[in-house]
Amino acid sequence: MREAAPDRREGRTDFAALRDRATTIRRHIVEMLAEAGSGHPGGSLSAVEIVTALYFGGFLRYDPRNPEWPDRDRFILSKGHGVPVQYAALAEAGFFPVSELATLRKINSRLQGHPVLGATPGIEASTGSLGQGLSIGLGMALAARLTGRDYRVYVLLGDGECQEGQVWEAAMAAGHMRPENLVAIVDYNKFQLDGAVADIVGLEPFTEKWRSMQWRVREIDGHSFPEVVEGLSWATEQDGPACLIAHTIKGKGVSFMEGENAYHGVAPTEEELAKALAELEGALPRAEHSIEREAAEEKEAGR
Amino acid sequence: MKHLFEGLELGRATRDAYGEALRELGRLHPEIVVLDADLAKSTKSAYFGEEFPDRFFNVGIQEANLVGMAGGLASCGLVPFISSFACFIVLKGFDQLRMSVAYPRLNVKVVGSHGGITAGEDGASQQSVEDVALACSLPGFVVCVPSDEHQTRAAVEAAYRHVGPVYIRTGRPKVPLVYEAPPADFAFGRALEVREGGDATIVANGTMVAAAIVAHERLRREGIMVRVLDMASVKPLDEEAVRRAAEETGAIVTAEEHLVHGGLGARVAQAVCRTRPVPMEFVGLEDTYAESGDAAALLEKYGLTADRIVMAVRKVLARRKGS
Repeated sequence: MREAAPDRREGRTDFAALRDRATTIRRHIVEMLAEAGSGHPGGSLSAVEIVTALYFGGFLRYDPRNPEWPDRDRFILSKGHGVPVQYAALAEAGFFPVSELATLRKINSRLQGHPVLGATPGIEASTGSLGQGLSIGLGMALAARLTGRDYRVYVLLGDGECQEGQVWEAAMAAGHMRPENLVAIVDYNKFQLDGAVADIVGLEPFTEKWRSMQWRVREIDGHSFPEVVEGLSWATEQDGPACLIAHTIKGKGVSFMEGENAYHGVAPTEEELAKALAELEGALPRAEHSIEREAAEEKEAGR
Repeated sequence: MKHLFEGLELGRATRDAYGEALRELGRLHPEIVVLDADLAKSTKSAYFGEEFPDRFFNVGIQEANLVGMAGGLASCGLVPFISSFACFIVLKGFDQLRMSVAYPRLNVKVVGSHGGITAGEDGASQQSVEDVALACSLPGFVVCVPSDEHQTRAAVEAAYRHVGPVYIRTGRPKVPLVYEAPPADFAFGRALEVREGGDATIVANGTMVAAAIVAHERLRREGIMVRVLDMASVKPLDEEAVRRAAEETGAIVTAEEHLVHGGLGARVAQAVCRTRPVPMEFVGLEDTYAESGDAAALLEKYGLTADRIVMAVRKVLARRKGS
């Protein structure tokens, strides 16, 4: 017997709640990266609204108590270096305790430096070698058809990642095969490790590239919840694969990281963390979330 | 080919046996899906595609995407068999085999055809001589090089039964029969003793098993009895059979249609060192690529023949005597 599917629409239009959740996720990101002492803040922070909308805006259908529920929707973080944003969302969604975020990148942790299928509840694919997630997602989307299930597959790609040839192999194949349950989202934050995407190998004309591969394409502001929610709704209603090109700011939400590519792969220091948290505290109406506090609360609750 | 394998009957190509075995498995198991990258008519995965078009995906000429898609399908409970030429699917799809199959230990069956230099006239770009080494390097992968059509059938069925990633190499030309029927005792990790002997052992796989049998017959006429082990399963390797061969025969020659470094010979040598060190010789492709030519001419020019195996056996016996 199939379990009743939670309503995908729940929470979709409560933008204030989504914004609070996004701030909480940003706090988790900077805290866990500071604790880990390494990792990728810029590309994690740029994807916060996209990931928050997917998990808490009524798009992804999941059950944290049953992460391998066959009818769940799949979310693949193809830009695997941005995994802190997904770990934060998974913890917030109840897949594992928030306190576990402090184990990121440490020995014996379930939270590996890049996503690993089978290591962490809620992670759907091993990524980190860029370019592979869309192919995996296409396979999953076709599997839904073959197994008679109606789940959807969302793949989040990096902009720099779209320089990988495999992305376009998968895009071309999906455009031909036309799965209706496949959505690609590009976190177009304009930077990659070595500098500006436009200076290294530019993607433009970017929407035309996807369109020419027979995808439905829309550009959105990747930090505006109304636009992200509306874009995702639109994408799921298309008669073939759909791509959202989300214009974002690398390091979004932490003033000294915004558009500052030095934070592509450098964790905040203790001092920077305090500054970042102070900024984010201001953004949160009820600033009561921190890894330490939640860990203490969980301990108290005997979890 | 026939003059290289005197006394042996020529069977069908292992790629043909793969196509047929896969089609039969498809009739029994609806969760099998097959993917190819525009070489289905050559790899023979087309046999499956003709009968089960809904479970067959020709993704075009995109090996990386092919392997990634297979990972996605496998993670949703399907059992993908994916095919292309061995050199393309393993070499072009290697990072994808690592990230989308081996690392998450997904249940994907990779079947590369046109293995070895007997791919022939098309030349070295189409001949796969590195695939076994690369596939063996992937943690958790089973790697199998069957010797004839019957063993290929057994290997394809075993691949379906095994839960986890498997690589099977098939070949282009018709090859001699080593077995009369699919060997009932075939299993990954088990060597099959196809000729008995106590004076030395030849450990071979693929096309070279037939060559080893020819070498066995020639040496037998001189009173030298050489054991022949068909080591189709390069990984896991039957270490116990290797240990026994070392202990009971005291000298080992390996033979494979692959570079001598990194393939069967290297893995057998590791097992010999670990269990019972004895003199060894290695027949295989030296540190080079081959060229265009018919399969038999290539085997002769690049030293992958019964003659070479006989020479290697003499050499290893002399070394043992001298030691």
